[in-house]
Amino acid sequence: MARYFVIRIGRAMITIALVVTFAFVVLRLSGDPALIIMGPEAPPEVIAAFRKAWGLDDPIWMQYFDYFGAIAKGELGRSMRDGRPAITLVLERIPATLTLTIPALLLKLAIGIPGGIFAALHRNSLIDRAVMIGAVAGFTVPSFVLGLVLVLIFAVQLGWLPSGGQETWRHAILPIVTLGIGGAAVLARFTRSAMLEVLGQPYIRTASAKGVSWRAVVLSHALPNAAIPTVTIVGFMVGTLIAGAVVVESVFSWPGVGRLLVVAVANRDLAVVQCILLLVAATMVTSNLVVDFLYGFLDPRLRNREAAGAH
Amino acid sequence: MQPLVSLDGLTVAFNGIKVLDGISLSVGRGEAVGLVGESGSGKSVTWLAALGLLPKTAAVSGSVKLEGTEILGASPSTMDRVRGGRVAMIFQDPASALNPVLTIRRQVGESLALHRGLSGAAIHAEARRLLDLVGIPDAERRLSAYPHEFSGGQNQRIMIAMALAGNPDLLIADEPTTALDATIQAQILELIRRVRRETGMAIVLISHDLGVVAENCDRVAVMYAGSVVEEAPSVELFDDPLHPYAHGLIGSLPPIDGPRRRLTAIAGTVPDPKAMPRGCAFAPRCVHAAALCGTKPPRLRAVGENRRVACVIDRRARATDIIGQAAE
Amino acid sequence: MTAPLVSVDRLVRTYRMRAGMFGRPRGVCAVDGVTLRINRGETLGLVGESGSGKSTTGRLVLGLENPDAGSVAFNGRRLPAMDTPEWRASRARMQMIFQDPLGALDRRLPIAAQVREPLDIHAVGDEAFRTARVEELMRSVRLSDDVGQRYPHELSGGQRQRAVLARALATKPDFLVCDEPVSALDVSIQAQVVNLLIDLQAELDLTMLFISHDLRVVRQISERVAVMYLGRVVELGNADDLFVSPQHPYTRALVSASPAPGARRGERIVLSGDPPNPASKPGGCAFHPRCPSAFARCRTEAPALVEVSPDRSAACHLTGLESPAAVALGAVA
Repeated sequence: MARYFVIRIGRAMITIALVVTFAFVVLRLSGDPALIIMGPEAPPEVIAAFRKAWGLDDPIWMQYFDYFGAIAKGELGRSMRDGRPAITLVLERIPATLTLTIPALLLKLAIGIPGGIFAALHRNSLIDRAVMIGAVAGFTVPSFVLGLVLVLIFAVQLGWLPSGGQETWRHAILPIVTLGIGGAAVLARFTRSAMLEVLGQPYIRTASAKGVSWRAVVLSHALPNAAIPTVTIVGFMVGTLIAGAVVVESVFSWPGVGRLLVVAVANRDLAVVQCILLLVAATMVTSNLVVDFLYGFLDPRLRNREAAGAH
Repeated sequence: MQPLVSLDGLTVAFNGIKVLDGISLSVGRGEAVGLVGESGSGKSVTWLAALGLLPKTAAVSGSVKLEGTEILGASPSTMDRVRGGRVAMIFQDPASALNPVLTIRRQVGESLALHRGLSGAAIHAEARRLLDLVGIPDAERRLSAYPHEFSGGQNQRIMIAMALAGNPDLLIADEPTTALDATIQAQILELIRRVRRETGMAIVLISHDLGVVAENCDRVAVMYAGSVVEEAPSVELFDDPLHPYAHGLIGSLPPIDGPRRRLTAIAGTVPDPKAMPRGCAFAPRCVHAAALCGTKPPRLRAVGENRRVACVIDRRARATDIIGQAAE
Repeated sequence: MTAPLVSVDRLVRTYRMRAGMFGRPRGVCAVDGVTLRINRGETLGLVGESGSGKSTTGRLVLGLENPDAGSVAFNGRRLPAMDTPEWRASRARMQMIFQDPLGALDRRLPIAAQVREPLDIHAVGDEAFRTARVEELMRSVRLSDDVGQRYPHELSGGQRQRAVLARALATKPDFLVCDEPVSALDVSIQAQVVNLLIDLQAELDLTMLFISHDLRVVRQISERVAVMYLGRVVELGNADDLFVSPQHPYTRALVSASPAPGARRGERIVLSGDPPNPASKPGGCAFHPRCPSAFARCRTEAPALVEVSPDRSAACHLTGLESPAAVALGAVA
């Protein structure tokens, strides 16, 4: 068992290192932070001083290794824009983002899972078709379009809700709904197909043949089994809590981590971008690990495989 | 005496396509009835329909009586008491017929709670006794194991233990050994025979394997394309089949000893349910088919005391026919 | 007596298998020293349960897999190594058919094109010859001409297996390995294909290795039969009397487990224990944990396959002995 975790965590570290490297390469090759932050009109000596201050005049591979060395020591660098530690900038923004993403996640679960289960249990009924049409629509319409449509209806036409900003709880409603609907659609489709798959299994027929009532068959034989694949997608959604709202935050001018990322990328503010990416990769990897544990908990077949791997 | 279960005119259609056409069959108390036929003959559908286990898209009509009481279309709660309590069923692929995420104790215990009203320690003790009974070694420890930790044969034993949990009067065994190796098949059949001896329950053994049915059943019904074409005591059927299909089926089986003979293969293939022949469904493949056979499906008629056959051609006439052919 | 067409000598095939995702890889011996001779024009049946190594033996004999030890000689010459030009040329002379004909056929091509394919690959004859040959092949497997224009999914299971057979016969092979060719078919269709195989074998003077778990089908089609258990041949003999007077306790159990319509002969033998698992093979005679007559020697020493009577070999410590003594020994153990 311990060996299994060491391997999983090792793999997670490699994943994070690759993400960080990728971001470094893309950002450093696509523009000069000194020119972007100081502006093209800045005198050459100012630019040179900026470069020296941030180590941008070192050879690129040296910058890369310096950066990695710093991370290893737990230093995530400072923003090139305002000189504050990158981690402070990012942490400041997290509550704002979570204010959107956590309620949105609950909304996804509350609509998506029951919707999918209901559609599967009433397969090919009118309700099933309605749920599925809704799901396909929610799945295919990009969130910025959905966000703008909601703004047009509820802010511009009806005037019920504000179109952007962060002043009151009412400002949060439209972004949360925008985030929630798309995810709920994905989850409903996934839950429905997982449920249908399970309902077609021979052990469901066995349970009925034993005299288990249909209600009990669904509750104690179908749902736990259908939960196994659904956990994957929910785990993925949990993984996007930190940075899953980039587009929606931009649409609704919500000052969260997503907006910070957009600004930092535009400025080639490497330390901030890297810091966000590290955080995102870490949450993703953690939620994947949690999903793996849940798998083992839900599916005894996997539990045994892990145990077999340990000795 | 009133039969334990009697099917009368049981008909099943999926989307208007008839897959089962007026099955009439009865099972007496403690009797072992075999149901043979090739894939698509409707032998499994018959019993899934009788127990209300087909999906809602199936249109089921006719009559299914349990000790004289109609159960076709009975309320879900009535059927839940019948299923597992009066009539239990086991299936072909035991590994997938058990829920992979529940322990054996949970799955056997579920039946005990439903049909015997047991709970807690009583469930544990009884589940243990049942596993012992079906020959699972180390039952106490194995109760907390999951299906994937057992072999195919052991999983079928567990299915049988689960079926016995409700003290049923009838066990429907749907191809119970088809997915198993020969020596394991022998073990399972032996177990079913022993359980029958000890409990006196009746059994319906559904199988494509004539040998399995012949050795384990008192009476056999042969099905073809959704109908029973012949029904007879086991020994009589295999010694002297009356229906040309039954005759062909038995002739298709290579002998394991004695002189080798050419197999009497039945030409052609089973008809598509969407395009059934107008008359006898077997007529297009039948070497004895006459003009009459193409007009309307033959009814199952009694021959002697305890045999029935669905063939219009008189048996004696056909026998001479066969002799005539052999002489050619 | 002429030299056998196929001679197989002490074939061994071991797979590396891991227990779980990170378990240490272990060697699982699927075929453990199999020696067989197949004479020209003869059909040798190979029976066994899952895990007996019968299918692996079939693939090794055809050279579709390289053995870890031992050799296969075809027509007196050692089989060329896999994927060499000589190996590819040898394919025309030896063919294999499997249980699942739908998997063996290309769904996108009509049947006639698939039957023709080997002729194109091995450049047999000219255009007109190949067309005529396809027609001839379709006739020989009793498929009507219109079937040639159809696609695999439009055919019944029996028709598909005939099409596979026609393709296998296209290059006039000398040797055919059939691995459970009728197991997926219904009894009546199975009889059609078995009859066809018997007819073709006689017409074309084919040499066949017929692999099946079904004793009856194997007896119907074979002159001699080999019974395998956990990678070894445990009994070998004439098909007609092997199942009538089985010498090895495993063969006896197999025969007993093959129920027959009509009166049962002899007593029912039900083996205890689970099906054999090649990954945990018992020491000594691999069958001893399930053998009703095992004694001390069986646990330590694996019996060799030896001739016990003309046309009959068995691998059992008991078969050399007089049977009452054998029974007594069994009782002592």
